[in-house]
This record gives sequence, C-alpha cells and structure tokens, in this order.
Amino acid sequence: MSPKTLYDKIWDAHVAHEADDGTCLLYIDRHLVHEVTSPQAFEGLRMAGRKVRAPEKTIAVPDHNVPTTAGREDPAQMTEESRIQVEALDKNAKEFGVHYYPVSDVRQGIVHIVGPEQGWTLPGMTVVCGDSHTATHGAFGALAHGIGTSEVEHVLATQTLIQKKSKNMKVEITGKLKPGVTAKDITLAVIGKTGTAGGTGYVIEYCGEAIRDLSMEGRMTVCNMAIEGGARAGLIAPDETTFEYVKGRPHAPKGAAWEQALEYWKTLYTDEGAHFDKVVSLRGEDIEPVVTWGTSPEDVLPITGVVPNPEDFTGGKVDAARRSIEYMGLTPGQKLSDIEIDTVFIGSCTNGRIEDLRAVAEVVKGKKIKDGMRAMIVPGSGLVRAQAEEEGLADIFKEAGFEWRLAGCSMCLAMNPDQLAEGERCASTSNRNFEGRQGYKGRTHLVSPAMAAAAALTGKLTDVRELM
Amino acid sequence: MEKFEKLHGIAAPMPLVNIDTDMIIPKVFLKSIQRTGFGKNLFDEMRYNRDGTEIEDFVLNKPQYRDAEILIAGDNFGCGSSREHAPWAIADFGIKCIVSTSFADIFFNNCFKNGILPVVLPQEQVDILMKDAEKGANARMTVDLEAQEITTSDGEVISFEVDAFKKHCLLEGLDDIGLTMEKSASIDAFEAKAAAERPWA
Repeated sequence: MSPKTLYDKIWDAHVAHEADDGTCLLYIDRHLVHEVTSPQAFEGLRMAGRKVRAPEKTIAVPDHNVPTTAGREDPAQMTEESRIQVEALDKNAKEFGVHYYPVSDVRQGIVHIVGPEQGWTLPGMTVVCGDSHTATHGAFGALAHGIGTSEVEHVLATQTLIQKKSKNMKVEITGKLKPGVTAKDITLAVIGKTGTAGGTGYVIEYCGEAIRDLSMEGRMTVCNMAIEGGARAGLIAPDETTFEYVKGRPHAPKGAAWEQALEYWKTLYTDEGAHFDKVVSLRGEDIEPVVTWGTSPEDVLPITGVVPNPEDFTGGKVDAARRSIEYMGLTPGQKLSDIEIDTVFIGSCTNGRIEDLRAVAEVVKGKKIKDGMRAMIVPGSGLVRAQAEEEGLADIFKEAGFEWRLAGCSMCLAMNPDQLAEGERCASTSNRNFEGRQGYKGRTHLVSPAMAAAAALTGKLTDVRELM
Repeated sequence: MEKFEKLHGIAAPMPLVNIDTDMIIPKVFLKSIQRTGFGKNLFDEMRYNRDGTEIEDFVLNKPQYRDAEILIAGDNFGCGSSREHAPWAIADFGIKCIVSTSFADIFFNNCFKNGILPVVLPQEQVDILMKDAEKGANARMTVDLEAQEITTSDGEVISFEVDAFKKHCLLEGLDDIGLTMEKSASIDAFEAKAAAERPWA
C-alpha cells in the first residue's frame, strides 16, 4: 500500500459513497450547531418534512449572540433579534432531539471549546459546524471544518457532506520556541508567511518539535486559525498529549472501548514517505511575539517591527495595505510598540481556554491595568470560568482591573453587546482583524494572551518579554 | 434552487484583494432567521454612510453598476466566515456570477448552493475582464455555463473550468439533499460498518 498522510487516512475511513468523477459522500461523526447559522437549516428540514438523521451525533449550544454579563438569563439583555435566534435554537434542539447546552447550563460556552471539553471531539473523527473556526478540532487529529447553512441542513438530513478531496499541505515548525512565544504567535507567523490564501484548496498537517511540545490548548489555537490561512482544515496527529487530554471526558470512550479506540488512534499518523503537495517550514527559534498591523490576518509582524509602507508590497496588496493602514489610523514607519490602545479583549475560540487565562494571570499578577483601559476577559466556557475561579486566576484578574465575564464568543465578532465603538483600538486574542469585525470602524490588533495582558498593563502594544 | 441560465449582464469591477465575509455582510445583519432580504445590506459598510445615505464612489452605487449581475473581484474573495448570509446577500442583490483569481473554500461551496457561479481564472484573464467591467453599463458580458465560456463586450472569449457535478446541479437547479437521500442505502451500509469498527464514534 502506498504511504498515506493523516488526512488521507481519515478521509478514506469516512467515504460512504464515491461517484465516478471523485465526488464523495463523506460521513460526519460529529455535527456541532450554534444559533446563528442553523435556524434556516432546521426550517428547511421542517419545510421538507425531514428529520435529523443522527441526533445523538449532533450537539447544539448558543454562543455567538449571548451576553457575557451577570443576569444574562434575563431576555431583556439581548436585542429582540438575538433573543429570537437563541430561542429558535432552544426550540429546534428540543423538537429534533439533539444534545443541547442552554445558556443556563454551566457547560455552555463557545461551541469549539465545549466540543473538546465534553469529549465529543475525538481523534480520527470527522467534525463539522456552521462556523469557520471548526478547524479548531483538528488539534485532536480529527478532520474538522466549517460549512455553510445549506450544508448544515445537508448534514442534519443525511449525516454526510458532498465533498471532493483537498490537497495535502505540511507545515513544519522545527525546534523550540523562545520564552514569551506562544501557539498564537506560531499560527500568526505561519499566516504571515503563507498569506490568507496560501492554504486554499489544502488540508494542513502541522508537525515538528515545536508543535509536539504544545499542550492541547496550544494545538487548538494553532489549528483554529488554519482557516485564516485559507485551508479547509488543520490537523495535528494525536499522541500521548492528546490521549491524556481526552481520557475521562464525559463523552470519551471508557473501559474496553477506550482500549479499542486507543489502538486505532495510534495508527493516525502520516506514513513515512507520504506525499505532500506543498510544504512550509519555519524554525521555532525564529518566531517572535507578533502583532497584526492591518485588516487581514496575514498582516503580521514581530512586535519589534514598524508599520510597513504600502509600496513595499506588490500587486493588489499595495492598495489593500494602503486601505488597511488608513483604516487602522497608522503611519508607515511607526514603531508597532508605540501604538496606543484603549481596549483589551481576551477570549474567543482561539484563546479562551484555561491555559490562555493562566498565561494572562502570569503577566498581570499583582499589577494594575492602565488607567482608563477597558479590559475584559471572557472565558470560553462555563467550565473554563469555574476552573479559573478555583485556581484563583479570577481574583488576579479582578484585582488587576479586568472585567471577568461569562462565557461566549463576545467581542471576537461582536454580535452580542460587547463591541468596539468607532475609532477604538483593541489588542485582541481573537482571530480576525477585518474592518468592522469588533464593531463599526473599530480597530483590531491580533495578539497572544500574554501580549494582550502586557498591552493592558502599559496601554500600548508591548513586547511581553520586557515584562517577564 | 433556480436554474442557472445563460447570463448577459453588467459586470462590476471590485479589484480589492481579500474581500472578506464581514465586508460582504457585516454581522449585525446575521440575526435574521430567514434566507432572504439581505441584498439591501450587501457590502453595507462600504456602501452606506452611518446615517444610511449612500457612499457615492462605491462601485455598486454608481449609476452604471446598480444593476450589475456579475462581479469581477480581486484575489481571495469571500475569505473569513462560513456565513451563508454572504452568498444570500449577493444573490438577493441580483449578482449571479463572480470572477476572481481565487475564492475562499467555504464561500466557494456556498455559492453553488445558492445559484451563484464562482469562476476562477488566471490573473491575466481576470485583468482582461476587469478592464472590460470598468467600461460601465454599455459593456455587457455573457456567461455561458453550459459552454464554460465568458465573452467580453468586445467578443473576446475566455474559457473556464468548473466541477462537472456542481455544473450539473447549477444548470438543473438541483436540491442536493434530495440527491444524497437517493444514496441512503450507501449511508446505511457505511454506518453499520463504522459502528462495528469504531463503536465509540
């Protein structure tokens, strides 16, 4: 048999039907659902008299719209439209009999944090959700990607997706990371190198020593942003770190089933000599703490750098960079570490896990955030929040002056009340710095949790290594 | 889904690269539970001032492009979110075909589910179409999916590739859930086999 990549293996194990032209029906093991991209899909089922084929493999949780302030069970905290979406999910989850974590449940949170936390996401699975950051689950060696609402309906009805296979891309991060450099810096540095379309048409497998050394939380951060590099999905081969994380989770296999699963999971790696259509390699030692200066996730530079000149680019990027720099209110040549910020957002499916909060606590412990700074920490789930409180992190945050919120997507996409006002500038641990992403005319600089913490203390984009 | 008919219409030029889904339809408009009515908010923040008045120099506000049915766009169009509200807004506005050097993967798939044809062409050919689109309303292009050809207002013919199955679905306006359900025996068989081999899943 010819050697296979990890992607090849998972793909082959899920083809339920293949047509002569290579169009496949890919079987879906887990379907995650949230309130924004599902109402039209459930309505479609209803109109056609169809049911959910595998409700036991379908998991729903509201996250995008939900307020993150105390007393949020009060519907008055939501706009009418947000409330209708959340109520539609409540109703659809009950009517179609899928697993559901309502706002009142301590396990509620961002769908991509809840899935792994509850053991729904397991190695070798196919996982989809009507959300592009489904790529997160690839950290487990699961083939996971975002889909549109029509495809959500297709999966609900048939538990399959019509797919053609993507190409294989390898992203290798060799060696060790330097102190102050994190998984977020890796994933941003990769996008900085490949561009936001560099992964289009590919499934990426991340590998190399620096990836192996990451915790599951860090690996989820890396895979989460595979989509920002244009890839359909990001994957990391499962290993002891993965198995250790999964073991004992509520929906992970137990007893004999665990042993059987483990034996299978240990076969999930890329064979020696398997073919990759594209290979990108970075040295871990070369990666610095990075920030974004523009309005595309590819606009990445080390914090020690300066705002570029649009003329430094070629092709269509010249105009795009000019537009970005104007939107961001920056000047070419300006030092990135001189950029003053007024808002800090720590959270999201990229960086809303316990390890991210520990990294923040390490930087801000015993210190105060800059006067006048609005800084919020939004844990990725109710369980992350509870753990942070148990570990004493929440007290550190509150003493430093942070707002300590309830779980949800929050200011990552600002569909709930957490938004930037016009002209406000935010150091954010989220995943997109698009125009208007965090609020109309708001300005976003993407950073790691440690870098966001540093910025909260100094009021400027700051090299966290100076505070270590 | 409506069948994709041969199209003869105005093309609007949008050369900006990396036009993302937040530009196409900002999140404030994602709160609907309907599939329709998004067209008036297509490119909302680029198209309107905060007070709701139109930004005159935005391409789709110019008199010659208000009825555009084709977009000629910069590289990596539709990057970002999986929101199908983006193609819903595009279709609702009346645009049926988008040409670019590349599209984001999820957006590309979403187009086909909504009767929109995304066409990928090399830079030189996109440049030719961009120039043609810049001529304005009198310059109409023809998009012939059956023949896989775009004809400029000058009669220059550019061929394009499209997945055979996706082409078939667009031309016939097929509901692919119905098509997949015809293969439910295969899905049943797969499910039985997978349940034996990977019972934990």
